[in-house]
Amino acid sequence: MTAMLEVKDLTKNFVKHLDLAGKIAQKLGSSIREETVHAVDRVNFTVGKGEVVGLVGESGCGKSTLGRMIADILPPTSGSISFKGTEFTAMTEDEGAAAALAIQMIFQDPFASLNPRMRVEEIVGEAPVLHGMARMSEKSTYVGDVMERVGLGREYSRRYPHQFSGGQRQRIGIARALAVKPEFLVCDEAIAALDVSIQAQVINLFMDLREDLDLTYLFISHDLSVVEHISDRVVIMYLGRIVEVAGTDELFDKPNHPYTTALLNEVPRLDHRGIDYEPVSGEIPSPLDPPPGCHFHPRCPHATDRCKAEVPVLREIAPGRLSACHLNDG
Amino acid sequence: MNTVAEHVAPVAGLPEAEIKVETPFRRFAAAFLDSKVATVALVVLGILIFMAVFASLISPTNPYDLAKVSIMDSKMPPGSASLDGMTFWLGTDGAGRDLVSAMIYGLRISLGVGVMSGIVAMAIGASVGLIAAYFGGRTENFIMRIVDIQLSFPSILVALILLAVLGKGVDKIIIALIIVQWAYYARTVRGSALVERNKEYIEAATCLAIGHKRILFRHLLPNCLPPLIVVGTIQTAHAISLEATLSFLGVGLPVSEPSLGLLISNGFDYMLSGKYWISFFPGVALLVTIVSINLVGDQLRDVLNPRLER
Amino acid sequence: MNVTGNGDQPTLSVQNLETHFFTKEGVAKAVDNVSFDVDKGEIMGLVGESGSGKSVTGFSIIGLVDPPGEVVGGKVLFKGEDIAGWDDEAMQRLRGNRIAMIFQDPMMTLNPVLRVDTQMIETILAHDKSVSKDDARQRSRDALGQVGIPSPDERLKAYPHQFSGGMRQRCAIAIALLNKPDLIIADEPTTALDVTIQGQILYEAQKLCRETGTALIWITHDLAVVAGLADKISVMYAGRIVEQGDLDDVLDHAVHPYTRGLLGSVPGHNTRGQRLYQIPGMTPSLVKLPAGCAFKERCPNADEACGAEPQITQPVVDRNVRCFHPQMQEAAE
Repeated sequence: MTAMLEVKDLTKNFVKHLDLAGKIAQKLGSSIREETVHAVDRVNFTVGKGEVVGLVGESGCGKSTLGRMIADILPPTSGSISFKGTEFTAMTEDEGAAAALAIQMIFQDPFASLNPRMRVEEIVGEAPVLHGMARMSEKSTYVGDVMERVGLGREYSRRYPHQFSGGQRQRIGIARALAVKPEFLVCDEAIAALDVSIQAQVINLFMDLREDLDLTYLFISHDLSVVEHISDRVVIMYLGRIVEVAGTDELFDKPNHPYTTALLNEVPRLDHRGIDYEPVSGEIPSPLDPPPGCHFHPRCPHATDRCKAEVPVLREIAPGRLSACHLNDG
Repeated sequence: MNTVAEHVAPVAGLPEAEIKVETPFRRFAAAFLDSKVATVALVVLGILIFMAVFASLISPTNPYDLAKVSIMDSKMPPGSASLDGMTFWLGTDGAGRDLVSAMIYGLRISLGVGVMSGIVAMAIGASVGLIAAYFGGRTENFIMRIVDIQLSFPSILVALILLAVLGKGVDKIIIALIIVQWAYYARTVRGSALVERNKEYIEAATCLAIGHKRILFRHLLPNCLPPLIVVGTIQTAHAISLEATLSFLGVGLPVSEPSLGLLISNGFDYMLSGKYWISFFPGVALLVTIVSINLVGDQLRDVLNPRLER
Repeated sequence: MNVTGNGDQPTLSVQNLETHFFTKEGVAKAVDNVSFDVDKGEIMGLVGESGSGKSVTGFSIIGLVDPPGEVVGGKVLFKGEDIAGWDDEAMQRLRGNRIAMIFQDPMMTLNPVLRVDTQMIETILAHDKSVSKDDARQRSRDALGQVGIPSPDERLKAYPHQFSGGMRQRCAIAIALLNKPDLIIADEPTTALDVTIQGQILYEAQKLCRETGTALIWITHDLAVVAGLADKISVMYAGRIVEQGDLDDVLDHAVHPYTRGLLGSVPGHNTRGQRLYQIPGMTPSLVKLPAGCAFKERCPNADEACGAEPQITQPVVDRNVRCFHPQMQEAAE
């Protein structure tokens, strides 16, 4: 499988610079300092054509930031992102324009992700007309087609977002992305804000679209059950770093990294009656002040001294399986 | 307890297509007219604007036609008759001009100057504020420091200095008022643009490779309009009253084109000798204008409150 | 309608509760003839999607329904006494004392400008002026420890904004526990929290109820959370209870088409890669409910009989169902 998307050593730091007052305070001896959040820390992974890769993690793990860098909404601090073999920074203007449209994002909040003052026809049709994919005169028909594909009647295109329910708005967001004929979709918690029964509808829609349009997905979610259902491979992140990568079946049947194990243990499941485990202790550390060495060591039941000092490398422990844990070193 | 809102609001069910397209404007209009006070204020304002626009048609006389005005008619009390049989309903001023006519023309100047300077200041301020919020960083810092400096001076002071430099004239007043006001608009728009900029629909527009200019004016600006409109109405009232003050102080409009403020100023000397009407009625007119603008602005602010809007 | 058959008087017995919202568009029956019991030490999961009325039920029990909503009928028997008609003053003595509520957003409980110890001591003293400040502080300290907050002495002196989201929620739970209430109503308390933090809170909640005999109503849309936590379950749709019974019974052998649809919609281990069952259509607007069964427009088995309003029946032992055609056969895998 050719890698459609490749991410190498991708890093994103958010630095809160000191303003003039802060710099003066620092000179006078205050302990105030520049704060850096290592939201994404030297991340490496690939997504093959036609794959659905699930990206899982809890708050502060950097999955949303990573998604936004891939969709070219946030610039990376360092590292590279390559689409179909060419790095973003090395692309010609035409290649860059094509890539920008080929990678689209579906957002989490069905209320904030649509411009409340634009009609649906405009929301969905603006970009295709702007980029020459459809003529102004054909906009209506073009938008209607896309809407039907996501399960909304074309007669609704003259309405405004506030006249739709959450699930329908999410479909409009999907239509907006599909209208520019993307190849790669980044879904950032796209169903988290929806009711269970509506989630099922949208999950099915994603699966249908994957088949019909030959799409590739990066499915970002904190909901492991959904990720298990829809993904081919799963990437687990913790505090800015990837800790494990594996095929879905393998990951869920035999997790390797202690964090993955804890996560899988604690995810509530319909068939797990009664809580019979000891939940992992401690809080998720603040990304402003992550623990040294392995980020997970304060909460890991198997932590050793080495874990406190040395950052574990993400290594292949079996064909197609990667894990970042010193315990794998035997 | 807002669970109710979800299932009471009209939900576009897939089977039914009869829910008419409810534009944001229709919703807004319905909400606005909910307040009787604001509706009355809006009607009054409408009448005032109508009078100002059609001044030459409505006014009983043209008070600035020197041929018609006679010093013999000066300082006549309300209700008295002129030499050629016309009734001065509100009296005449020191030069013999019919007060009703003078007020209608004065209203036109006051409103004209206020609205004109308001619109231009809004255009400049809004663009500057949008650019500051959207691009952030050094651009934003630079722009906002200028805004802060401008706003730290009392507007009267700035206006006085400008007029001392520029001299008298309607256009000079308008320029002075624009320079005094643009910073309020810039600050307002920048505030709401900062909030909107982080919303996902702007991120979506970036993702769809829509250019900066289009995002600014087609996506960001329309959603920053509510506070802008509110500030606009209230600032217009402020501008009108500022112009009145300047005219009262004698640095405003030239005598040949008196606004309500200048009329008040002209009549001030006569106040103590019992000829109250020369200042009083223009004063009332000014008050009514400003109060109705403020009431409309208040209701606009309540109606356009984003927390109530969904 | 005591489903568990326990001889003791239930801590809470809700009977035919009705809470209506009187809006410009019409009357929304947010809680329509809802009944259930919760015994001492029992955990009941009150499950439904948005608009089902589950949160409003919780607010109705504790007397926090704001206009245009109003509790218009039914009984809320708390330890045998009907509190449904009590005025605000009387309810104040119960709230935070014998009945406590935990909200989805902990900042609905925590005052951002007060230190944690101030708030907690205030909660204790509000209901028992005879307690000394030192004793109140000690009790607060113990409560924080009970919910698993490390270094409680330092934490007491902190402000809510200095806590992480999970800690804040635990703090809010600690406050709820301060006066050792007999009943706790928890409205989606872990929905906004991370999985590992949610795991901790669920674990503590279950432990607490077993140890202290507190009755707990856990309101949520997440069936999986309820599966791990609750003893019995009530499923709500459009303001009505459509199915209720023992947890394992309902989850394994659901009988109401909505419950079955909901269970089928949840992705899980054995649905990998397949299309999920999707309940067609959407929740109807509460002011425009169809006559008869509220679910009929989305139900694959609906017929003319469903034009009448279904009542609660017991097609299976110890199971309450509101349906004319309960699905007795096993769900297709």
